[in-house]
Amino acid sequence: MKSMPAIALFTLLMLPLPWLMQSDYLLNFIIMVLFYAFLGQAWNVLGGYGGQFSFGHAAFFGTGAYTASILQVSFGINPWVGFVIAGLGGGGMGLIVGFLSFRFGLKGAYFALITLAFAEVLRILASTVDFTGAGVGILVPLQQTAANFQFADKTGYYLVALALVALGLTITARLENSRFGARLIAVRENEDAARALGINAFETKLKAIALSGAMAGLAGAFYTQYFLYLDPAIAYGPSVSVEALLVPIIGGIGTLLGPLLGSVVLHSISEIAQHLTSSAPGVNLVIYGAIMVLMVLFLPSGLWGLVERIRRKAGGGS
Amino acid sequence: MLELELFIPATINGLTTGAVYAVIALGLTLIYGVLHIINFAHGSLLMLAMYGVFFLHTLFGIDPYLAIPIMVPVMFVLGYGLQRGVISRASHGKDENVLLVTLGLAIVIDNLALYLWSSDTRIIDTPYAFATIEIGPVLISTPKVIALVAAVVISVLFWLLMTRTDLGKAIRAVAKEKMGAELVGINVNHVYAMSFGLGIACLGVAACLLLPTFYVTPQVGFAFVLIAFTVVVLGGMGSFMGALWGGLIIGVTESLGGLYLGESLGQIGIFVLFILVLLFRPTGLMGQRS
Amino acid sequence: MRKKVTAMRQTKRSSKATSRRQFVSGALGAMIAGTASLGFPGTVRAKTTVRIGLVHPVTGFLAFSGSQCRAGGLMAIEEINATGGIHSMGGAELEAVLGDAQSKPDIGASEVEKMNEVGVAAIVGAYASSIGLATTQRAARHGIPHVVDVCVSDAIVERGLQNTFRFGPGYGTVARTAVDNLVKINDAAGRPAKTVMIIHEDSLFGTGTARLLSSALPDASFDLVDVIRHPNPTRDFNNIVLKIRARKPDIIIPANYYNEYILLARTMSQYNVRPMAIYSVLGGTASSFKFLKEFPRTAQFIMDCNHWYDPGHPAALALRRKAEQRGLYFTYELFLSYCATKLLADAIERAGTADREAIIEALESSDWSDHFMPYGPTRFVNGQNQGARPLNTQILEGDIKVIHPAEYATADPVFPIPATVQGNA
Repeated sequence: MKSMPAIALFTLLMLPLPWLMQSDYLLNFIIMVLFYAFLGQAWNVLGGYGGQFSFGHAAFFGTGAYTASILQVSFGINPWVGFVIAGLGGGGMGLIVGFLSFRFGLKGAYFALITLAFAEVLRILASTVDFTGAGVGILVPLQQTAANFQFADKTGYYLVALALVALGLTITARLENSRFGARLIAVRENEDAARALGINAFETKLKAIALSGAMAGLAGAFYTQYFLYLDPAIAYGPSVSVEALLVPIIGGIGTLLGPLLGSVVLHSISEIAQHLTSSAPGVNLVIYGAIMVLMVLFLPSGLWGLVERIRRKAGGGS
Repeated sequence: MLELELFIPATINGLTTGAVYAVIALGLTLIYGVLHIINFAHGSLLMLAMYGVFFLHTLFGIDPYLAIPIMVPVMFVLGYGLQRGVISRASHGKDENVLLVTLGLAIVIDNLALYLWSSDTRIIDTPYAFATIEIGPVLISTPKVIALVAAVVISVLFWLLMTRTDLGKAIRAVAKEKMGAELVGINVNHVYAMSFGLGIACLGVAACLLLPTFYVTPQVGFAFVLIAFTVVVLGGMGSFMGALWGGLIIGVTESLGGLYLGESLGQIGIFVLFILVLLFRPTGLMGQRS
Repeated sequence: MRKKVTAMRQTKRSSKATSRRQFVSGALGAMIAGTASLGFPGTVRAKTTVRIGLVHPVTGFLAFSGSQCRAGGLMAIEEINATGGIHSMGGAELEAVLGDAQSKPDIGASEVEKMNEVGVAAIVGAYASSIGLATTQRAARHGIPHVVDVCVSDAIVERGLQNTFRFGPGYGTVARTAVDNLVKINDAAGRPAKTVMIIHEDSLFGTGTARLLSSALPDASFDLVDVIRHPNPTRDFNNIVLKIRARKPDIIIPANYYNEYILLARTMSQYNVRPMAIYSVLGGTASSFKFLKEFPRTAQFIMDCNHWYDPGHPAALALRRKAEQRGLYFTYELFLSYCATKLLADAIERAGTADREAIIEALESSDWSDHFMPYGPTRFVNGQNQGARPLNTQILEGDIKVIHPAEYATADPVFPIPATVQGNA
């Protein structure tokens, strides 16, 4: 697997960043880029490699976020332990959604719609049930120690975010080179043909959504630790679902580096745009949406596809 | 006990709200029936139409109901342009692309509205906004009754358009058998765009019916898109009667849900219904097998 | 970054002998500071300024209230600068660093981060309790003093955060006072009212207020027939009003934000629901001049137990005139934020420095009494001003009058609402 040394090198190079960087603001920016890249990687497993477009990834993200926060606030469980359990929670929600959707044969737009509906159901439940703090949300008390997964300065968060992205890259790389990955891609390309070849499409898709959900759950738990505040709109609202799919689609769906590339490009453009338009709300998303439309029209393989094309032209010659 | 005596007024209230949902869904189901695309931008376009009605009222003093003849052609042209100019070029042979491009459009429209007009809730005040009509022990809000009547009228007009006019026949031909329609000389691209335009024109009507008793913010698009999809899926993709029935059922579900489960939890009824229909009867009540 | 700015100032005062080296390092410092502050509001100025962050939801569903708060804060800063700024710092001017929380707590927290980057000495904000919880917590991370202007949740001052100070009352105090005053008003009229119904919005403020009232009302011998919650936003109050009509409570207590309040009130008119009193607790809308102007007939007789100024105090009346001259309604958001900012300015004056810790200490020992709120001299215990309390108002004869307590009252309460009066929309 030639990707593995590249991933290790990337991680090593990125490691000393916080100590080289003066600006807290820029470090925060990079942490957010990494965070969204990881979320995008989660989506990419199911949507890119599996071909099942989820429009409600917030369902898994939010479950992870609430798991992490409730465990520490209501049950006093250590946030690091809660972090892992949050991943399991996200994966579990993935299994539920996946089981129902795939068992009943939902595909394409119908699958997208049902994931959207699940996210909304969870949002409404979260805003009604006392257990999740209802409409009020959950505030995680400030207790800045590393053991409590809260860091007074951003370096700690940066390292966790970097580790998550490295994890995401590793998972994706192994996916590309494993038999499970091959089965998943076969199902994506032509489910009936894959079945004819003896692949259990249902099981394959279910595994993919569980993995995707687990990763999204971890992202949710990270969000909880970073922002220390959660409410139903943040956890299960459409903005998370939209970000989760925009990043990999624009970066290059079904590719290893797509989500990371997408996150870097999108958020950089967004920051620049915000400075130019004095942080007016909505601007960054207008730009994302416009890029998405342009991508679909002119660059169906995303930015990574463009990179590949340039590479081929440069290396191949005529 | 209390809930029982409120059952009838709540149901009637739900029917009137549902009628407007039906008008919204009518356009969406037409678009699906003919173009076979799921228009994720439907809610956002409705929101745009509602802002249109709002500004017509606030800046020019035009009554929302009188704005219908203005909004319908404007939304039609917008829809036609979007389909011809953007959506038709997106397909590249893969269905997902159309899904993505309408989603992208929705994101652009929602956030453009947020940027231009901020998130402040906009309400209009009309003299009849809080008028009521009494039918026995039941009080119904006048604008809602107007909405119910208008929805029925629009549905009938739609049906007439589809069955009695040449355009309608062309649309049905393309929906049924695209190749054949082309062979017979029908300009399929034009028909597609006309259908999309008609579907969006419905939103112009719906916006005029909604604004007297509702409000508009850039976020309402998302809420409506989900409701619209629920109605279409419930009624059956491509079925007009289905859209009407679906709309009424959803409206009543929402109202009774609010009554029995409280306003917050009551919303869940719609989505649970949505999920159940998708799982157990994806073709809906009156849909054709795809 | 703040340290670099201070270093620059010291550079200028040094001797000529090493001036060239210092000029170069000063210029470098300016370039670094300039690059690092790329795109941020506010530039480094030659005159000493003290930066105050004002973070409020100026967009989103709380936009009106947030804008009013911001206006109040800006008016206070303007006044202070006009009267010579911070005298103990050589006339240093206050400079507002504006932040928009977009009606979302996590965005409020991000704004605090940005404010920290540009070196604010303190922060005033954030109107809504859910946003305030997030902003004070984030400010605490950086040791920034945070004066809370409205945010009524008691949790704001119960987390043991050293940097958080609230000038106005929390909903615990308000709820208790509201019930006590309701009992007094009811008793004075011969106890006609027995049943009560609460309609509240489902986020922090509404839920918290409703919970407190739910336990206090039965103790005061009121029969609480129902508590109805609704989300933000709610577009249709038909079902809720139908329930109200069916249960026929004597008193309705709404606890929600502006848009929902209006819809509720008008739907009640539509269905001819006429209780003995609409007794708002922290209604905001119920004691809002904007509400009164836009819906005069619906507003008549509505009572509120809310933040209010001393109606006899000349400074309050002067500020009201000034606000109205600028086309602003004189609402509680405006005057509370104004007072909160002035409280902060007084603390900076006494601290004599823009150092965050010194300001926190100055706030802790504050006894500021140069204000027009019915609180007496300021005294903070665990970040809560002990004298803070609400007043009872009622909309009578096209104006908002104070009806309780007697020392501030400008009119007698009209209770129950006269049955002969037909009011709608």
